[in-house]
Amino acid sequence: MSKKQKKVLARIIVAAALILVLRFLPVTGALRFALYMVPYLVIGYDILIKAGKGVRNRQPFDENFLMAVATVGAIVLGDYTEGTAVMLFYQIGELFQSYAVGKSRRNISELMDIRPDYANIEGEDGELVQVDPDEVEVGGIIVVRPGEKVPIDGVVAEGTSTLNTSALTGESVPRDVSEGDEIISGCINMSGLLKIRTTREFGESTVSKILDLVENASSKKSNPENFITKFARIYTPAVCYGAVALAILPPVVRMLFMGLAPEWGDWILRALTFLVISCPCALVVSIPLSFFAGIGGASREGVLIKGSNYLETLSKTKIVVFDKTGTMTQGVFEVSGVHHNTLEEKKLLEYAALAESYSSHPISLSLQRAYGGEIDKARVTDVREISGNGVTALVDGVHVAVGNGRLMEKEGVVYIPCHGVGTVVHVAVGGIYAGHILIADRVKPHAKEAIAALRRAGVRRTVMLTGDLDSVARKVADELGIDQVHSELLPADKVTRVEALLANKSGGEQLAFVGDGINDAPVLSRADIGIAMGALGSDAAIEAADIVLMDDDPLKIAKAIAISKKCLRIVYENIVFAIGVKAVCLVLGALGLAGMWAAIFADVGVMVLAVLNAIRALRVRNL
Amino acid sequence: MKKNYKIEVDCANCAAKMEEAANKTPGVKKATVNFMTLKMTVEFDEGAQPGEVMPAVLSNCKKVEDDCEIFF
Repeated sequence: MSKKQKKVLARIIVAAALILVLRFLPVTGALRFALYMVPYLVIGYDILIKAGKGVRNRQPFDENFLMAVATVGAIVLGDYTEGTAVMLFYQIGELFQSYAVGKSRRNISELMDIRPDYANIEGEDGELVQVDPDEVEVGGIIVVRPGEKVPIDGVVAEGTSTLNTSALTGESVPRDVSEGDEIISGCINMSGLLKIRTTREFGESTVSKILDLVENASSKKSNPENFITKFARIYTPAVCYGAVALAILPPVVRMLFMGLAPEWGDWILRALTFLVISCPCALVVSIPLSFFAGIGGASREGVLIKGSNYLETLSKTKIVVFDKTGTMTQGVFEVSGVHHNTLEEKKLLEYAALAESYSSHPISLSLQRAYGGEIDKARVTDVREISGNGVTALVDGVHVAVGNGRLMEKEGVVYIPCHGVGTVVHVAVGGIYAGHILIADRVKPHAKEAIAALRRAGVRRTVMLTGDLDSVARKVADELGIDQVHSELLPADKVTRVEALLANKSGGEQLAFVGDGINDAPVLSRADIGIAMGALGSDAAIEAADIVLMDDDPLKIAKAIAISKKCLRIVYENIVFAIGVKAVCLVLGALGLAGMWAAIFADVGVMVLAVLNAIRALRVRNL
Repeated sequence: MKKNYKIEVDCANCAAKMEEAANKTPGVKKATVNFMTLKMTVEFDEGAQPGEVMPAVLSNCKKVEDDCEIFF
């Protein structure tokens, strides 16, 4: 508890004790009034001052004003106990809310506590000096001891260790790193001493980008939040005028038209009860709190949401469009077979790897990996890359052609088409067909489960877009259970496809596009909601997407939707519950069936329940 | 120019009111209040001096929510 909260707690205890004592004191008249003023002022002086200031600043219709008017009114009518008790319970409610909010804020900020405070650099005589991470230049060497956070992105220059990335990804399996590995700021070094050569400035490092993103999440407001702001602006004055009408009209009508006693006191008391009930705190506090907890809980799971409006859109997602490579598949190419080879498999791979040895294309790299042996580039001469077709080269003086069917036709070689699914690399040695190598991308381990989980999360349709061959795309889609595939697309075609899907969906349905952030920034921004995955270290993705999944597990997409649904359900529960209870109590209050005590429940009780409900949005681990 | 300030405020609604008040202050292009991290991000108009604008932002915020504080 903060100092301020402790002070309020002390005031609550003192005032409650005084009220109890006063109930049993046989005093009447002016003395009774004077005595009751002591607990009333102890508990309510700040509310009265705030209400006064509000009136002076022309912002009269806030909850302080409602409380001040209601309690002063009750006291003027002689209901000292009730007037004081209303103030007392109001303060208890405020204290509880401030405590609960403070506690959940601390919970969330502890979880997001990935900001490194310092970086270690080696001093002149070899000892470590702590410096501000901002001062470390790109290319400088920093030292990270076990238990410390990696402050800046870089490459391991010396040492081996295991890293805990759970603060960034929600992934609990530690990652091993050794010399030459890239390392991302925000991870915690668990075992060995690491020397890291930085590749970015602190401000450009992953950890700074993530913090920046989370801290700015509140600038984009969701519909319920905007609704509450507008609602409170109209509602509070409306209730105040309603209360005035309730205090004046019925007695006047009774007096003039019905010939009855006006009963001013009774009606004014009803109007005051009406005011206490009406206080909109439960809504204005719990709705932003729910989103705040939802975004906080999601970030703990490695799902970064850039604003509560995106959380809302995500909850209504019915169509999910995927990019294939890097999203559903690992984007790592592997040789999956060698067919129709006239040479020994190893020999064929050797020729292909050597001919392709000057290229850094993923296909070439996969050939070199599959060969596995030492590549002596001196054996390769006269390399000619034929764009879109392949490579020809002299390997050990023999003419070797490595590429697709078109290259074989160009070379005048008769080739055998492949029935397998993937990228086919034909090889001709000395002008004679030597066989082909099949290279395929691997489907991610959780991809199939992820599609099933999306269906459970209410997604009606899944669509995959890819630049890959139709046969490859269909095989992956069938394997995973994706509804629809569009293949052989150029990056610009992906935008057109998404636009067509957007035009065909019915209102209220939202379309999410999931990509790995490479080459698909235009699509990410065109979709209703753009989700970038595997974003660790990819700036483009963090910039372009609305939601960023910190690791590349496709199961997180369904998890993100589940989190958003839970959060939005809580928000609507609170809206319906708070407005419902208040509406009923307002009617009962106006009819004289609900007294001050019911009013206190409708105000403080509803707020406490709504706050407790809002905090549930934080618990998302097992969704 | 964009700057971050630490703030103190008790409730989410008060934070929203502060945000509205800050946005109405001359010299402020866009202000956002994050209740979660208790931070106010202010983007200033071209040529505006944060040192001159911020006291006005604070006094406007105090008008709508007496119980707030901005540290600048």
